[in-house]
Amino acid sequence: MSNGMLNRILSGDYPRSRALSALLVLIGVSLALGPFLFPGVRAFSMLGMICVFIIVVASYDLMLGYTHIVSFAHTMFFGIGAYGVAIATDAFGSGFGAVFIGIGGAVVMSILLSLLLGLLSLRVKAIFFALVTLAVAFAFLSLVTQLYNITGGEDGLAVRSPRELGPAFRPFDSKVPGFSVIDFIAGVFTQGSIGQAFNDAVFEVRVSGRHLMYYITFVVSLGVFLFLLRMVNSPFGRVLQAIRENEFRAQALGYRTVFYRTAAVIVSAVLATLAGVLFALINRYVNPENTLNFELMVFILLMCVIGGMGTLYGAVVGTTVFLLAQNYLQDLLGLLVSNAEPGSLFAELAGPDRWLLWFGLLFVLSVYFFPAGIVGQLRLWAERRRERKAAPAASPLKQES
Amino acid sequence: MAESILSLSGVRADIDQYHILHGVDLEVPAGELTVLLGRNGAGKSTTLRTIMGLTTVTDGKVRFRGEDITGQPTPRIARKGIAFVPENMGIFSLLTVRENMVLAAVNGPMDPARLDWVFDLFPPLKKFWNRAAGNLSGGQKQMLAIARAIIEPRELLLVDEPTKGLAPAIINDLAGAFEQLKQQQVTVLLVEQNFNFSRRLGQSAAVMNDGGVVWSGQMTELADNDDLQHELLGLGLGEHQ
Amino acid sequence: MSAHDEMIGQTTPPQGVLARFAAFRENKPHIFLLLLMMAVALLMMDPRTWVLLTISGLAMGAMVFLMASGMTLTFGLMNVLNLAHGAFISLGAFAGASVLLWLSSQASEPSLLINLAAILPALGFALVVAGLLGLVFERLVIKPVYGDHLKQILVTVGGSIIIMELIHVVWGPNEIPVPRPEALTGAFLLPDALPVIGGVALEKYRLIAVVLGLAIYGLMTWIIERTRVGILIRAGVESREMVEVQGYRIRLLFLGVFVAGSALAGLGGAMWAMYREIITAHMGDELMISVIVVIILGGLGSIKGCFYGAVLVGLINLYVGYLEPRLAAVATVGLMVGVLMWRPQGLIPVIKV
Repeated sequence: MSNGMLNRILSGDYPRSRALSALLVLIGVSLALGPFLFPGVRAFSMLGMICVFIIVVASYDLMLGYTHIVSFAHTMFFGIGAYGVAIATDAFGSGFGAVFIGIGGAVVMSILLSLLLGLLSLRVKAIFFALVTLAVAFAFLSLVTQLYNITGGEDGLAVRSPRELGPAFRPFDSKVPGFSVIDFIAGVFTQGSIGQAFNDAVFEVRVSGRHLMYYITFVVSLGVFLFLLRMVNSPFGRVLQAIRENEFRAQALGYRTVFYRTAAVIVSAVLATLAGVLFALINRYVNPENTLNFELMVFILLMCVIGGMGTLYGAVVGTTVFLLAQNYLQDLLGLLVSNAEPGSLFAELAGPDRWLLWFGLLFVLSVYFFPAGIVGQLRLWAERRRERKAAPAASPLKQES
Repeated sequence: MAESILSLSGVRADIDQYHILHGVDLEVPAGELTVLLGRNGAGKSTTLRTIMGLTTVTDGKVRFRGEDITGQPTPRIARKGIAFVPENMGIFSLLTVRENMVLAAVNGPMDPARLDWVFDLFPPLKKFWNRAAGNLSGGQKQMLAIARAIIEPRELLLVDEPTKGLAPAIINDLAGAFEQLKQQQVTVLLVEQNFNFSRRLGQSAAVMNDGGVVWSGQMTELADNDDLQHELLGLGLGEHQ
Repeated sequence: MSAHDEMIGQTTPPQGVLARFAAFRENKPHIFLLLLMMAVALLMMDPRTWVLLTISGLAMGAMVFLMASGMTLTFGLMNVLNLAHGAFISLGAFAGASVLLWLSSQASEPSLLINLAAILPALGFALVVAGLLGLVFERLVIKPVYGDHLKQILVTVGGSIIIMELIHVVWGPNEIPVPRPEALTGAFLLPDALPVIGGVALEKYRLIAVVLGLAIYGLMTWIIERTRVGILIRAGVESREMVEVQGYRIRLLFLGVFVAGSALAGLGGAMWAMYREIITAHMGDELMISVIVVIILGGLGSIKGCFYGAVLVGLINLYVGYLEPRLAAVATVGLMVGVLMWRPQGLIPVIKV
């Protein structure tokens, strides 16, 4: 690939850190070839969730990181997308037509609601906006929970996704070989023989409609990511960042900041809705807990901040790290306390159910000590290294904040 | 000249990334009224705020009665007996006149005799004692601001442009009040743009320009020397009023 | 600006019924809204139900007021938004419930006096535990992020997670049933002789909650209006810098208010626990919505606004909950949105800018 083309695709916004580039390539390759690299249902659903939440978190970062708008209504828009598809397929059957009706309805509703929130933000001070969105999202959650004849209430709805996107659809008769990276690495250590490990790591994949759905999600996720990258590096994105730095100054320069803020909220809401649609189709089951819960909202916030606010790469890294931690930190903690006496303080504090305690602690500490998140920190280190190299020759480069 | 109660030596201070004070040297003689003059943006208000600890000193020393108070927290500086009336007067507009005064008397209940004296100086305060201070007129607010500063005996008053935006009659009243304070030998450091007001009240004077003190001496020296005024303050101020 | 010798802001009273009504609506929006809501509700249900719901709404309002008052003052005084406030509510509930369970023999006696031997320690313990945690929380979590709203939101959300998880560690992940002390169960019967509302049964606990809420509101109003600390708090809401210039350490004042606010949140949580008779670690999150609506309704930083906001939220919850239970939460938030459209600063704003 030529340099110019890469520049175009990334909109000139490079990772600017070798470690970060490597991490992103690793994540990208893992997601692109995931179903053929990681066997098992759990890993497969994990991959899907990472793709979905990259969209959610990246679109959230457009508000939080790039414009400093704190909204707690992002899950509401995610939920609108998910429930849109679920309700539409429930009512009109499992065709693609129903899916598109659901998408259309959900997007319209999201735009209306985000306009309403944008309108409210005209009336109230910025700090109120966070509180108002929190209350509105809660009202929405309660409505969805209560209107059980439409939404299924607490029990939620099974999504009747099109046959082509389900497990029953088999595009190929023969199985496709896969290669389990983790088994291979484990095998090299335990068996000593690379050939044996290689053979053990090969597994078979029966390609189904779920793989099709996964790749749709992957492609959409990649597309949304590159779209947002383009957006934040466009004049529009520059204005958003100007608003973030000093809204008053941006206003004085003649930008109608209200328009830009509202536009950011709407774009972000529509993308979250899209992510909700993909979530419904890939997960095939929606309920208030997996789409609308306040805890989910907090998780999105954590992913965004841990990855690095104001850097879209942070959304990718933060989502991956958080979801891996959510799924595998529990296993790890379980191993940790398996030798401890059950009921002891250590077992209580470090038990697998307490992963969130440690994550919360990590989060608070990272806000204090690494406010720029993983990506910001990697870039800072890379910057310092470049400065050290350049130090004898030239004056230090200006540090990007 | 009397012994100085407050002295600044080489004081530097920044606000955000801007250097506002570039080494201020200033002596405030005890028991006198010192006027700090200078153009807009010369750093007069910042000097007062820096003495109060509201702006961080990056270099230099502030000494009050010989003690180094550089970098001390504002409340501690205030408790040493320094009262500050900022340019916007800083009265609590949601509180009543009485409540404003209650807070100003840091060391307990107000002394009735002293309160009567304050009422004599500023009769409107008595009249509107239980009204919200925010409803006072500009001149009355200024009276309240100064009354707060003197409700307890203080070592030093820092007053920032008390005449700003006030009608001449009110300015005259204020000048009368300052005359009384002078008679009681209260030390005052007064920032002023109004040269006539300054000339009437000032005993010693200092002139600031571009973040430093460029001249200091007796007020009479400055008042009698038109050339000096012209040089230090420009044409505008002397002929302004 | 010119200098007058007379007061500014004195206007002649308006003439005519409509003008007077408009003036009342603008000058006392909290009373106007309260009366309007009660009147509309009265039209939609029979008076006996209305009395019952109004008392229950007041009881809920009283408890929510306790929880919300600390948060509104914290914001008004120090411009600090503490989203972990809900966790203090949960903590208070668990602390209070623990003492009640521990003293369950006293709590189950029919005598009020013996009950009080369990209730007062329970409420006191909730107050102290939440207050102490508030002290630690302010020092460790909030202090480093003064003046930065974004970071405040982030660290207090993180802090909230940590506290809730610690509640899980100490009390286990399951919900805990809380015994309501014997003397507080049951109901008063209004005398049959009363017209229309005779014979209505009013739950004792709700009446007590109303009384306690009013008492604490009265106490807080007295402190805020009459004492030196209260004057300082009001002055601090207006200008932190000038409070320091007068020689007061505002940090200490704020720490005191934060601790008191956390303690009150804990007290409210403990009372809520006895009201609901079942508690979970996440109850604070759910109550936070009411708290947030209340402080926005009332105007951030205003104790009086907070009280009326809480009463309005309590009433609308109960009225709408009776008419159409599914819409109670939506109505609460709708009330907030409506008031914001009408008066973006809340009903009784105290904050400048």
